[in-house]
Amino acid sequence: MEAYLDNSATTPPCPEAIAAMREALTTVWGNPSSLHWAGLNAERLLAQSRESLAELFGCEPAEVTFTSGGTESNNLAIFGAANALRRRGRRVVTSAVEHSSIAESVKELASRGFEVVYLSVDRGGRVSEQELMQAINAETILVSLMAVNNEVGSLQPVEVIRRVVQYHRAPALIHCDAVQAFGKLPMQPARLGVDLMTVSSHKIHGPKGAGALYVRRGVKLNPLVYGGSQENRLRPGTEGMPAIAGFSAAVRALPNPMAIMDYVSSLRDRLVAGAASMEGVKLNSPPDALPYLTNLSVPGLQSETMLNFLSERGICVSSGSACAKGKKSRVLRAMGLGDADIAGALRISLSRFTTWEEIDAFLYALNEARLTLARK
Amino acid sequence: MNEVLLIKSGELALKGQNRSGFEQQLIGTLRRRLRPLGEWQFILAQSTIQAIPLSAGMDMEEAARRAGRVFGISAYARAARVPKDIRAILEGCAEYLAPVLRYAQTFKVEAKRSDKTFPLKSPQICETAGGYLLERFPHLRVDVHRPEVTVMVEVREQFAFLHADQVKGAGGLPTGSAGDAAVLISGGIDSPAAAWMMARRGLRLTAVHFASPPYTSARAEEKVHKLLRQVAKYSGRVRLHVVGFTKIQEEIRQKCPEELFTLVMRRFMMRIAEQIARENNCHALITGEQLGQVASQTLQALVCTDAATGLPVFRPLIGMDKEDTVRLARQIGTYEISILPFEDCCTVFTPRHPRTRPKLHFVEQAEAALDADELIREALENTQSHWIE
Repeated sequence: MEAYLDNSATTPPCPEAIAAMREALTTVWGNPSSLHWAGLNAERLLAQSRESLAELFGCEPAEVTFTSGGTESNNLAIFGAANALRRRGRRVVTSAVEHSSIAESVKELASRGFEVVYLSVDRGGRVSEQELMQAINAETILVSLMAVNNEVGSLQPVEVIRRVVQYHRAPALIHCDAVQAFGKLPMQPARLGVDLMTVSSHKIHGPKGAGALYVRRGVKLNPLVYGGSQENRLRPGTEGMPAIAGFSAAVRALPNPMAIMDYVSSLRDRLVAGAASMEGVKLNSPPDALPYLTNLSVPGLQSETMLNFLSERGICVSSGSACAKGKKSRVLRAMGLGDADIAGALRISLSRFTTWEEIDAFLYALNEARLTLARK
Repeated sequence: MNEVLLIKSGELALKGQNRSGFEQQLIGTLRRRLRPLGEWQFILAQSTIQAIPLSAGMDMEEAARRAGRVFGISAYARAARVPKDIRAILEGCAEYLAPVLRYAQTFKVEAKRSDKTFPLKSPQICETAGGYLLERFPHLRVDVHRPEVTVMVEVREQFAFLHADQVKGAGGLPTGSAGDAAVLISGGIDSPAAAWMMARRGLRLTAVHFASPPYTSARAEEKVHKLLRQVAKYSGRVRLHVVGFTKIQEEIRQKCPEELFTLVMRRFMMRIAEQIARENNCHALITGEQLGQVASQTLQALVCTDAATGLPVFRPLIGMDKEDTVRLARQIGTYEISILPFEDCCTVFTPRHPRTRPKLHFVEQAEAALDADELIREALENTQSHWIE
């Protein structure tokens, strides 16, 4: 049987998203900036899409900027904030376990003369509040921390950053990469105390090619590209309406995250219990990780070999971030795992559509892999 | 005005009595490569092949590119074909070569007259055409020593042909003129380059690839397809045999000393490739080995691998440096594909300290623990074949 357990890489689009995209391609295909009726219809659709996101964020529609996806939102947040605040200070604080679109962006900032401080993580992949307290100083202009880690599912203490920044009287903007948390936890930027927040469409059963950046009212970012006045001049270019319409339809189709948490938790418990009963399988995710994400290792086996083995049996999982394309995980390294555990890591990621049968099919195949594949 | 391709065969001129056979083979290859673009007629005269498009609106740019990849061609040019009349020749030159002449500063005219009944002799043709072009393009100067553009006028039996400088062809001998050979292909940089080099010497290629799922992935096999599609642009279509190799590797790992894994594996590959070669009428094996590049490519290791097969093993890269191979791979367009990041040979089975000076009898002793014939029979049964074009 087929089992798709790589939902942190991407999710299959839901029917609502597909219908909305079809409509945006067949009926409402105008340019939202045009003055005629075709443009007006598209502009209404765009406004409606923005409202859907604003409602979920508990913010004003004007605080939602549509982008091409998580990577662009993260780049816009990092470079937009650093360039806007470069005269107020040089320090940027982030963690050692961010997604590559943050890690590579701050690396570029470092080469442009910013001082980048990386927060270490514990065995559970979590940064400590004490270290956060020490890392942030009065010269800090940006703090970027993910809500949920994309490889192991650990939750980060995003909500404490605001107090730390205020304590140090830092001019810092606070950014949260909420790509993996969005739709799975209540993510309201005002409650979290963040100024900028990244979300992506295709991780919540929307289409690829759309994402958004929440930008708190009053926060000034420098754009990355220049052009027309779309998206409040922050992200010029004709809006990618089919993807945006699909994105917002997927947002409207989201159930209350807490209402489905029990179901996903029970799936995860079965997965973890099954894996734990197999000799030689090691759990890498902390017990309090988001139930959607589980990372485990079979030391002695290579991730790639297991992926091929599972794929032949119709089962899709990954070795870590899809964006790293098989490179050894720096997240697991930062968590202090050994080489064999890192080389044999698997990430199993669930969605609200995942079934018991899929979990069982995975466990069955994992056991087969463990028993039959040759070890190093 | 009709545009044609003028194609000069290369070393063929040296091959005495075999020449016409070679030329027919070359025309056959050209026919197959150019056919997808439309209808063509081929005329052979004085070791030049005229490829004449019969369909309207032929993509001559692509046709020239394809001809440039056919082995056995030393040079080629796109040319205008005009009636054998000096007026037509002069106007033809001015019109057809205007795009080149307009942006050049110096030029000269060369003429070749294989039809000796043409009223003007070669020097006279040069003089007349040179004068005419100077009149039409007053900014030009004549430079007979180092001209930017050489205008060629070739007066042949039926028509005159006009063209600017020739382009160097892929060289070598026509595909198939040297017979058939089987290349052991991995996903690396070396084996496709080796395949290309031997195809250039006229060998028709059969390819053998060893897959070890799940230790190697479906993407690794797809990479081999991509590599061979690139090689096939030069060599013509290739029959690829993908051998299921997992069982053999697992057996070797279980029953042979670790430091000999790779060597025993190589010997199995040779034996299997030999069988596939013999079934497909191939009389040699081709590998991408380079002396001393890795432990299995030391002289002693090569002695051991050679002993596993009765066929001659061609290793065209044997004396090259890695950088030379990389340069060649870039030139033929396989390098970018080769560096895609998929496991092609399973790292699971790489010994930590491979033997670099193996002795044949130790290797044979190690192999005695395996039922080689049965394993090979099973692997051959487990082989899938595809045409790669």
